[in-house]
Amino acid sequence: MQAILALEDGRIFRGEGYGAKGECYGEVVFNTSLTGYQEIFTDPSYAGQIVVLTNPQIGNYGTNAADNEANKPYIEGLVTREFSPISSNWRSQLVADEYLERFNIPVISEIDTRALVRHLRTHGVMRGVISSIETNSDLLVQKARSIRKMDGTDLASVVTTKTRYEWEPEIDPLNPEEKPVPADLHVVAYDYGIKKNILRMLSKEGCRVTVVPAQTSAEDVLAMNPDGIFLSNGPGDPEPLGYAQDTIKELAGKKPIFGICLGHQLIGLALGGKTFKLKFGHHGGNHPVQQTENGKVEITSQNHNYAVDAASINQEEVELTHVNLNDNTVEGLRHKSLPLFSVQYHPEASPGPHDSHYLFRDFRKMMEEFKK
Amino acid sequence: MPRRNDITKILVIGSGPIVIGQSAEFDYSGTQACKALKQEGYEVVLVNSNPATIMTDPELADRTYIEPLTKEYIEEIIRIELQMLKDEGRTGKFALLPTVGGQTALNLAVDLADAGILDKYGVELIGAKLEAIKKAEDRLLFKDAMTRIGLDLPKSALVNNIRDGLEFATKIGFPVIIRPSFTLGGSGGGIAYNREELMEILARGLDLSPVHECLIEESVLGWKEYELEVVRDLADNVIIICSIENMDPMGVHTGDSITVAPAQTLTDREYQRMRTAAIAVIREIGVETGGSNVQFAVHPATGRMTVIEMNPRVSRSSALASKATGFPIAKIAAKLAVGYTLDEIPNDITKMTPACFEPTIDYVVTKIPKWQFEKFAGADENLGPQMKSVGEVMAIGRTFKESLMKAVRSLETGKKTGSEVLDPRRLTQMLVTPKPGRLDYIRFAFRRGMSVREVARMTSMDPWFLYHIKEVTDTIAALAEVSAENVSPEQLRKAKRQGVSDERIADVWGLPGHEGIAQVRELRHRHGVKPIFKLVDTCAAEFESMTPYLYSSYDEEDEAAPTAKRKVIILGSGPNRIGQGIEFDYCCCHAAFALKEDDYETIMVNCNPETVSTDYDTSDRLYFEPLTLEDVLAIYEHESSGGAEVGMIVQFGGQTPLNLALRLKAAGVPILGTSPESIDLAEDRKSFGKLLEDLDVPQPPGAMATSVEEAIAGAERIGYPVLVRPSYVLGGRAMVIAYDSAAVSHYMHEAVEYSQERPVLIDHFLEDAVEVDVDALCDGDDVIIAGIMQHIEEAGIHSGDSSCVLPAVDLSPAVLDTIRTYTRKLARALNVIGLVNLQFAIQRDKVFVIEVNPRASRTVPYVSKATGVPLAKIASRLMTGRKLRELLPEQVKSGKDLETGTHYFVKSPVFPWNKFPGVDTVLGPEMKSTGEVMGVADNFGEAFAKAQLSAGLHLPLKGTVFLSVNDRDKQGVVELARQYVELGFHLVATEGTANVIEQAGMIVDRVYKVKEGRPNVVDFIKGERIQLILNTPHGQDPFFDEKAIRRAAVLQRIPTITTIAAARAAAEGIQALQKHTTTVNALQHLHAQQEAANRL
Repeated sequence: MQAILALEDGRIFRGEGYGAKGECYGEVVFNTSLTGYQEIFTDPSYAGQIVVLTNPQIGNYGTNAADNEANKPYIEGLVTREFSPISSNWRSQLVADEYLERFNIPVISEIDTRALVRHLRTHGVMRGVISSIETNSDLLVQKARSIRKMDGTDLASVVTTKTRYEWEPEIDPLNPEEKPVPADLHVVAYDYGIKKNILRMLSKEGCRVTVVPAQTSAEDVLAMNPDGIFLSNGPGDPEPLGYAQDTIKELAGKKPIFGICLGHQLIGLALGGKTFKLKFGHHGGNHPVQQTENGKVEITSQNHNYAVDAASINQEEVELTHVNLNDNTVEGLRHKSLPLFSVQYHPEASPGPHDSHYLFRDFRKMMEEFKK
Repeated sequence: MPRRNDITKILVIGSGPIVIGQSAEFDYSGTQACKALKQEGYEVVLVNSNPATIMTDPELADRTYIEPLTKEYIEEIIRIELQMLKDEGRTGKFALLPTVGGQTALNLAVDLADAGILDKYGVELIGAKLEAIKKAEDRLLFKDAMTRIGLDLPKSALVNNIRDGLEFATKIGFPVIIRPSFTLGGSGGGIAYNREELMEILARGLDLSPVHECLIEESVLGWKEYELEVVRDLADNVIIICSIENMDPMGVHTGDSITVAPAQTLTDREYQRMRTAAIAVIREIGVETGGSNVQFAVHPATGRMTVIEMNPRVSRSSALASKATGFPIAKIAAKLAVGYTLDEIPNDITKMTPACFEPTIDYVVTKIPKWQFEKFAGADENLGPQMKSVGEVMAIGRTFKESLMKAVRSLETGKKTGSEVLDPRRLTQMLVTPKPGRLDYIRFAFRRGMSVREVARMTSMDPWFLYHIKEVTDTIAALAEVSAENVSPEQLRKAKRQGVSDERIADVWGLPGHEGIAQVRELRHRHGVKPIFKLVDTCAAEFESMTPYLYSSYDEEDEAAPTAKRKVIILGSGPNRIGQGIEFDYCCCHAAFALKEDDYETIMVNCNPETVSTDYDTSDRLYFEPLTLEDVLAIYEHESSGGAEVGMIVQFGGQTPLNLALRLKAAGVPILGTSPESIDLAEDRKSFGKLLEDLDVPQPPGAMATSVEEAIAGAERIGYPVLVRPSYVLGGRAMVIAYDSAAVSHYMHEAVEYSQERPVLIDHFLEDAVEVDVDALCDGDDVIIAGIMQHIEEAGIHSGDSSCVLPAVDLSPAVLDTIRTYTRKLARALNVIGLVNLQFAIQRDKVFVIEVNPRASRTVPYVSKATGVPLAKIASRLMTGRKLRELLPEQVKSGKDLETGTHYFVKSPVFPWNKFPGVDTVLGPEMKSTGEVMGVADNFGEAFAKAQLSAGLHLPLKGTVFLSVNDRDKQGVVELARQYVELGFHLVATEGTANVIEQAGMIVDRVYKVKEGRPNVVDFIKGERIQLILNTPHGQDPFFDEKAIRRAAVLQRIPTITTIAAARAAAEGIQALQKHTTTVNALQHLHAQQEAANRL
C-alpha cells in the first residue's frame, strides 16, 4: 500500500502505508523517545497531531493492554522509518500494525524520517496529511492547508471524560505480586486528556482518585472535599481553556493543587502569566531538567508545544522551581504562599525515565501537611 | 561543582598490551581522558607498557612512562613525580585515575592501595574509590549489595560438599553453573546439565579451590542479555548513555556476541525498570563519578530480570556506546572525576545543550566480533563465558537490516561473499552451539526454508532479529529471480536499503570477480540508486549539530555536503586482528593530525569502534563505514562532488586498504604516496626477485613447488638446509627446516596441503642468521633510516612475533652500512613516497633481503617512541609533496639514522595462549601475537627484562635453568651455561646438551626427554623444579616432544626461550634484575636528550 505525507508548505514524502487505509489530518510533530511507542499512540495529549517517531524501528515489541495510557490511541496518524510487521515480546498481545488498523489510524513508513524531522526543526511544526487513498499530492497539500490550526482550539473538551469516574487500581504487570497501597487520601483529577500512568502513580501514593470532566466547576469539586486536586496533561493550546483557568483561580489556596503539562500551563495562566508556542515543541524522553533549589538534574519525559513564559511570571509570588537545560524554558512552578505546584514535563513518564516520580510523593506530603 | 583546584597532578594508568578482552578501546578511552585532563590544566602523567598506542604519544601527557604495569614500577613513578612536585615548590594533590585503563589499571590500583603505597605517598584515587571497586568485583559483596537494593540475581549458594551441591541444584533445576572460589580466572568451573556432571565438576572444583568451596549458580543460559552504559557525577546526577541488546543471548561472552544498540525488544515499562535498576546499582556500588556498565538478563518468556554484573570503569562496551551515540564517555568521565558535574559540561556535538542528557539515536548500530581461530589450530571454537574474539566491527544503518549487513561486510573474512562452506548436516549443531560461523548458518537455515520460530528455538535469539535476517535472505532470493538486465530500480533500491552489498548482488547474478561488482555499481548509478550520508548527532536531529560524524544509508536526504577545502581521505585498518592491530590505527591517526596541521581537511574512514581513529575529533570528518571498494568509492565520489582536490592515503591502514589500492586507482581515485603498483610489485615473488637481481641485492634463493618431485628438485637447486612452508597455513606444523631430501619428501607427503594456487614455498634457510627490521622514510629523492631493529629470536619467526631491540646490539658497522645501502637502493627503486619497512637476515656478516613492504609497518609507533620522531606524521607530509630536506634537514645533511640516545628500547610480543588451552605455542612464519610491549633502560639487559615483565613473563632471579639445544647450538650453549652458573642458577639438561656442558667442567643434572622415560622434563616443569627453559628447535626429534614442554611451560607460566641469542639477552636481563634497581624513564626526557644529540 503506497502512502503520501503532504505538509502544508508543499513538502511531500512518499512511503508505504500501514495501519488503516485512509487519510488523516493533523499538526505534524516528532518524538525522540527510543521506547514507548504504544504509550505515545495512546496519550490523549497527541489529539490532533500526526506523530513522527525518530527511532527508526517501531512496532518491534507489539502492543499490550496493560501499557495503554488511554483506552484508545489518540494520535491522528503515525510516521516511521520502518514499521514491524511482527511483534516479539512476552507481553505482546497484538501486532502494532493491527492495533492501529483496528482504531482506524493510518501509518506511513519507509520514509526518510530524519529528513522530515530536520524540516520540522528548521521550519517549525506544521499541518500535514497522511493518505493512502489519494495520489494527487497537490490536492493533499491543499487539504493540509485547510486543516484547522491548533492555536486557539479547545481540544481538552474533546478528549476529556464525559462522566466522573473512580480510578480502579491496576496490577503492575512487571510486579504482579505487589500489594496495592491502601488509600488514605482522596484526590480529584481534572481530565484534560489524562494519562493512565498519572492515575497509577497517584494510586501508588495511597490516593483514591476521582476523575472529573474538564469543565467540572470548582464548586462541584470542593463539594467532594478532596485532600488534593490534580490538573492533568492534555492536548493543544492552553489559552482557549478560559473555563479551566477560572476554575483554578477559584480553587487556588483552598486545596493543594498539582498540575502537569497542560495543567501546568493552565496554572501559569491562572496566576497571571502568559504562554507561547515553541518552534517545534518538546517531545521526547531525554530532556535534562534542573531543580533550581539544589541544582539536581533529572532526565525527563516531555510532550508539549506550548510553554509558560518565564518573564510573565510574578516571581514575588511564584517560584520557578525547574528549568530545561536545553533551552532554559520554564519546567516547574511553585506558589510561595499557596499549596500549589506544577511541572511542564511528565513525572509519570510512561514513556520515559522514572527520575521524577518524587513529585507524586511531594504532592502527597503537601496534602498531608495541608490536612494538619 | 566546579573543577577541583586542590589537585595538581594526575596519574593515568593505561591497559598495557593488546590482549583478547582488552584491546584498542582502552587506547581510545585513555587518550580521551588524557586530552580532557590536560585541557583542564592538570599536569598529566601517563604510564602504559604498550608503545603502539596514541595515548603514549609524548604530546598527550606531560610525562609519559612506557614501563611495566606492576606495583614496583608505578610506585617508583609516583615517588619521582611527587619529588618533582616538591622540588618545583608546588603544592596540591597527586591523584590517580584508574578507570580508563581496563581491568589492568583497576587491578593495579587495588594492588597499590592494598599494599599501602597510595597512602604512603598520599595519592588519592579519583573516579572510583577502593571500596566501590571491591564491591563491584567481589562476587559476594556484589550479591549482598544487590540484595540490599532489592534486585534479583541468579539464585546461588556456596557449598563445600557434594551433597549440599546436589541438593541445591535439584532445588533450582539444571543446568547449573559451578564456580570454584578463589581460583585464577575462574579455572575449574563449568556447566553441569545433570547429576553426574555436577558431581564430577563439583568434586574437581572443590579440590581446586584453596578454601574447598564452590558457588552453585542458577543458569541463565538463553536469557535475553542487555547492557546499559551509566554515567554519574559527584552531585549524584545519573544518566544512561546507551542501551545495548545482545543478539546472542546469555551464555556467550558479550565481547563474543553480536550486539545491537539501542535495545530493540523491550517495551518502555521494561526498559525503564532496567534503567532505574542500573541507576540503583551505580549508587549502591558507590561509583562516584564516571562511566560504568551494568549487565542484565531477562527471561524471554516470563520477563524476570536479573542483574549479571557491573564494571565500575570505562569498558569495551563504553567505547562501543560512545561510538554508537557520539557521546564521549571517557572524556566526560575524566572531567567528572576532577569535580565537574554533568550540567556544567557542554555536549560537544550540539554545542548548545549540556552533556547532562541521554543520547537518543535515529539509526541502528550493530557490532560483530572478529575471531581468528584459523591462527590457532586445535583451539576450542565454541563460544562461552570466556571471550575469544580478537577484534570487532561496528556499522551504522538506518535500520537493523542495513546496519547488520554493513557490519557483515566490514568483517573482511577474506572469503568471497556467498562462498561460505555450509554443511547441511551441521546445521542443527551450528544453530544450537554458539560458534563463529553461526550468522552464516542462520542465513543458510532461512535459505533452506526454516521458519523464524524454528531458528529462534535453536539459537535462543529473539525472533525480531531473526525475522530481519530472514527478510534480507528473502530479498536476496528474490534478486536471484531477476537479472542485471531486467531488475527494476525499485527492487534494486530495496536490496540496497536492506544493506545488501554490490558484491552479493553480483554473486547472485553470477557476474564474476571485480568486473561483476563494477557492473552492479554501474547499474545502480544508472538507476540513481546511491547512498546518502547522515549525521550521528546524539539527539536524533532535534538540535543542529556541529560534528561531522557520518554514515551512509540508502535514504533520501544527504546532510553532509562536501566543503570546498582540499582534502585527504585516510583509509583505516578495520577490525583489530592478529597482524593488523592498533599500530596501524596509530599511523592513520597521525596522518590525520599532521595533515590537519597542514591545513588539509582530513577525512577518516574506518569501521572499528575500539579505535582512536573513529573518535569524531581525530579528523575533520569521520565516515564510520565498511572498508570495501563499494563503500570507499561512494565516499570518494561524495567528497569529490564538491569540486575540491581530494587525495587518498592507503599505506597506513595495513593490508585492508592496500587490497583496495589498485582498484581504487583504476576507478580514478588519486592515491597519495608510493604508487599501488610499487606496493604490488614488492609483494609479487617473481617481479620482486627480478628487481633485487637488477639492484644486485642478495636474497636467500627460493623455489615454489606443487609436487614432491618439484620440491626435492627445488631444494637441491637452492641448497640445504631449506625452510619449507605452505603459502597458506592450514594448520599442523606450518614450517619445517629440512636438512635433506627425506625431510622434504616427508613434509610434502604428511605435513601440508598444497595446490596449483597455493604452492609450497621453499627458501634456503640461513642458519644462525640474525634477523633485522628496518623502517625508513623516503620522499623519492632522499632516504632517512628511522631505525635498524635487531631481532632477538632467530630468523624464520614472523617479525611481529619476535622481540627486537633498538639500536641493534651486536651488528658490525660494516653490516649496518650494507643494510643502509640496500635500504636506500630499494626505497629509491620502488619510488617510495612515505614509509618503507624492510626485513633482512644476516648470516656470517652477509646481508640478505627477506622482504620489502613499501608502507607503514607494525614497528612505526615503536620506532617513533624510541626516536622521538613522529614517522607517520612525516610520512603523510611526504605523501602530500613535502620533502625530507624541509622536515628533517639535519638528518638529510648528515645522512645519519634517527638518534636513539643513550637508551635501549626492546619490543616484545604478547601471545593469547592462555585463552586457547591445548594449542601449540610454537612460533613460525604466521603471526600469533595480539600485542606488544616496550622496555626502556640504559642497558640492553634491563630493557629486555622490563619488556619480558610487561609481556607477563617473569624472568627468574634464581633457581634452575633447563637446557636442551640442537646440535648446531651445542657450541654456543657452553658459554651461555657459564653465564647462568655465574648468576647462581642450577643447570638441568637433556643427555646431549648435558654432555657438552659437563665436558666444559660445569655441574649439570640430567633429565629424560619426554618420550625417553620418567621423570622427564615435563614432570620437572609441573613439579616447579624448573624456572627457565632454553630449548632451541630440535626439528623432528621423536623423543623430545617440544609441544608437551611448551604446553607445560605456558600452564606454569615459565619463560621459554628458543634461541641462544634470546637466552643471552635473558641472562643480561636477569643480571640487571638481580641488582633490584627499579628505574623509570619519561619519554619526554629521553626525547629531549635525543634532540640534543641530533643537533650535534
